[in-house]
Amino acid sequence: MDGWSELDNFLRTDPRDVGCAEALEMLHVYAELSAAGGPVEQRYPGIAAHLRACGPCNEDFEGLLAAVRSGSQ
Amino acid sequence: MLVRIALGEVRRRGPQLRIAGPELDDLAYQAAADALVAITGKIGQFRGESLFTTWAYKFVLLNVSTKIGRHFWRNPTVPLATEDWDRLPDRFGFDPAREAEWRDLLAALRRAVNEELTPRQRRVFVAIVLNDVPLDTLVIELASNRNAIYKTLFDARRKLRAALVTHGYLPDELSRR
Repeated sequence: MDGWSELDNFLRTDPRDVGCAEALEMLHVYAELSAAGGPVEQRYPGIAAHLRACGPCNEDFEGLLAAVRSGSQ
Repeated sequence: MLVRIALGEVRRRGPQLRIAGPELDDLAYQAAADALVAITGKIGQFRGESLFTTWAYKFVLLNVSTKIGRHFWRNPTVPLATEDWDRLPDRFGFDPAREAEWRDLLAALRRAVNEELTPRQRRVFVAIVLNDVPLDTLVIELASNRNAIYKTLFDARRKLRAALVTHGYLPDELSRR
């Protein structure tokens, strides 16, 4: 990806993006469904849009997914 | 159990962090302790939408993020007030050999940052985009919360893109370069 595309992607905003508060509120449900291979993008499009744009929330999601998948529950 | 999840998480994130060894483990223990307090305080809010453990792990993850943000706030690698526009091309992967193609675009972006953004939007944009300050660190610096900082940056991104589209530097929403 060149600089133009990288900058354009960074500046583009998705109106479905629910923001950090709402995404984090449901992150445990989203992570479990994702770990089970469920249709998270279809069921929670606003959270999916947010996680694509928000590095810190996506990092938390990846960590939670790893914890769920580790079978440590 | 919470400590195990916290240790696993700091080790997962370890390669990206400039923290290691006992300091990283200490961060994990503190995050687990704070998570336990949060879980105890919010246990009445658990609605059974997931396993209880998944819900509880979330608080560990959030506290790990907060602790990492605080660590970088105490040990900044770049002064938070710095404004180094020379980093922008590298930040977005512009090829130095093709500067003639992108020089005007980045000049327009800088103009839009100065003219279109509110002082707070500008401060958040500069910290996160130019200085690479972690968002969770900026949350502490500005005594705010992640949602508010994200929303500030979200609005700044939207304004900047609109300005660049207006001046013909980026395509409108219906087309892609």
